[in-house]
Amino acid sequence: MNIVVLIKQVPGSTEIKVDPKTNTLVRDGVEAIVNPFDTYAVEEAVRLKEAQGGTVTVLTMGPPQAAEALKQALSVGADRAILVSDRAFAGADTLATSFTLAAAIRKTGGADIVIAGKQTLDGDTGQVGPEVAMHLKLPFATYVKKIESADGGKLRVERLVEDGYEVLELPTPCVITVVKEINEPRLPSLRGIMAAKKAEIVTWSAADLGEDAKRFGLSGSPTQVVETYVPERVKTGEMITGTVEQQVDRLVEKLKETGVL
Amino acid sequence: MAARITKKCIGCGVCVDVCPYGALELFEGQAIVSGHCTVCGSCAEVCPANAIEIEGAASEGLGAQDKAAWSGVWVFAEREGDGFAPVVRELLTKGRALGDELGEKVTAVLLGSGVTDWAGELIAAGADDVLVVDHLDLADPLIEPYMRTLVELVVNRKPAIMLAGATTLGRSVMPAVAAVLETGLTADCTALAIDSETRLLRQTRPTFGGNLMATIVCPERRPQMATVRPHVFQAGEPDPGRQGTTTVVEMDKAVFTTATTFMTKHVELAEGERLEDADVIIAGGRGMGKPESLTLLNDLAKLFDGAVGASRPPVDEGWLPYVHQVGQTGKTVGPKLYLACGISGAIQHTAGMATSEIVVAINRDADAPIFELADFGLVGDVNEILPALIERLKKERG
Repeated sequence: MNIVVLIKQVPGSTEIKVDPKTNTLVRDGVEAIVNPFDTYAVEEAVRLKEAQGGTVTVLTMGPPQAAEALKQALSVGADRAILVSDRAFAGADTLATSFTLAAAIRKTGGADIVIAGKQTLDGDTGQVGPEVAMHLKLPFATYVKKIESADGGKLRVERLVEDGYEVLELPTPCVITVVKEINEPRLPSLRGIMAAKKAEIVTWSAADLGEDAKRFGLSGSPTQVVETYVPERVKTGEMITGTVEQQVDRLVEKLKETGVL
Repeated sequence: MAARITKKCIGCGVCVDVCPYGALELFEGQAIVSGHCTVCGSCAEVCPANAIEIEGAASEGLGAQDKAAWSGVWVFAEREGDGFAPVVRELLTKGRALGDELGEKVTAVLLGSGVTDWAGELIAAGADDVLVVDHLDLADPLIEPYMRTLVELVVNRKPAIMLAGATTLGRSVMPAVAAVLETGLTADCTALAIDSETRLLRQTRPTFGGNLMATIVCPERRPQMATVRPHVFQAGEPDPGRQGTTTVVEMDKAVFTTATTFMTKHVELAEGERLEDADVIIAGGRGMGKPESLTLLNDLAKLFDGAVGASRPPVDEGWLPYVHQVGQTGKTVGPKLYLACGISGAIQHTAGMATSEIVVAINRDADAPIFELADFGLVGDVNEILPALIERLKKERG
């Protein structure tokens, strides 16, 4: 079974502090990590491979330093790593990103299953997985919390919804995005870390993907960010003190004032 | 791969302020780019001197459309049980306001089996027209039939704007529709407005776990698509006297084909327990101390007619199932009242509840970050305060 896992390198913290004097963002010393949801995707792919054989290819689009994220995936059992990196990918929104990743998946020779995390920590859109599926004309399932079975060209999954979960059966090849509940990612072994250090990261440029270059990056992106700002937190919270009875009385009084009680 | 600063840079520092990655700084009166750059493009879009180059021009690689031919605001009428998801009424109210501002019609799109009679409810909630596709194969919300039906409707009728709730269904079907139509989709919007000059839909959404807001437009492609967080917009009162038209659209059966089989659905939360719909959420964290204390949350939730939520530790401990988890790795909620009990307020949790209208925090640690977010903070032991609150509310209700 050939599995391609889509991963992304993201800032290790989404904490954004505002310098009170200059009213500007402070993001000093933020380390880059593998998007946490993608670690579940990698783990699930490695487990499938261990059970059924095959190869796990991890794929990312990003700047050269994103190779570090791929090495982490290699250290926990992925077999092959591909970095898609080019100035031409700059400014990509989810449509251009998914178009690029889909082209790269095709170039790998295709996959029986493509797995991604449910969303990234920075962008939070959750759109790239489904959009990749559409570019590849494959069925997909989002928010997968369990793979019940994967054989005979069918994948049976449990998919988280608001009030419980659905059980779906998809034909392979297909795309799934996974939630945290699906597994407990393993830690890399020393051998894994050593092997990842030595492993070759295949790098593909825009030209390598053989698509209309205008579909990449900014020119392939229908959306534009016109403004960004740090939300004001003007909450003037009230600390309610006193004995437990006094606290409860005051809280009930306040909740009545605000209309929620 | 990085943004490139050209000689046009005037050293104003606007880009330094907006860069979400801290990848830009001013050096000798010019902006410089560090290796942290992910080429997200935020800087180029705000640069007043057009000094930052990111190759290409937005959407130029996508086909040209006659934008004048696209008009109207569409709302995807997601079903839930025997009715509509609450977000549908919120979207119709907001869609109505946007439609009025543009002087264009508001259309609700209803997909399902045996649902034609439901259209009146959507007109009462603000729709001028309801497009219904009523077919047995649309009974279960499967991606491919829903995606193809919506694409077919959009291509033939050309709406300028298409809105859906940021629910599991909306967040799955809408990206599929947007990818096929090669248009833009903004996820999880918390504000929508019409730009008075360009008449474009300004779509504002939280990123970085709610720590940064971004306003996004889709200038060249149609429809302009957005998923919108439930509870962000207020639903107006339905007007049963409103007039509107219902159009039942027939589709070629091929539209409904799919290789995916809907096997079954397991309901773990009864109606009224769903966090996304709840007006009140009573949430517990590590500070609850022991699984037995969870009955306090349940009792209080009953009194408020609300749902029970949790931060990650109680779920990891197995005290309650994952469907209750709020936060970055769980659900995103925005109730009228969020009562955080024994929750410290780490960013991983607050990312999922920061848009709540009123936050009440009860925590033993007076320095817990949750108090920064709270409208009302009570320092104390949840196992003492909650029973007293429950007693007080019970007494009040007789």
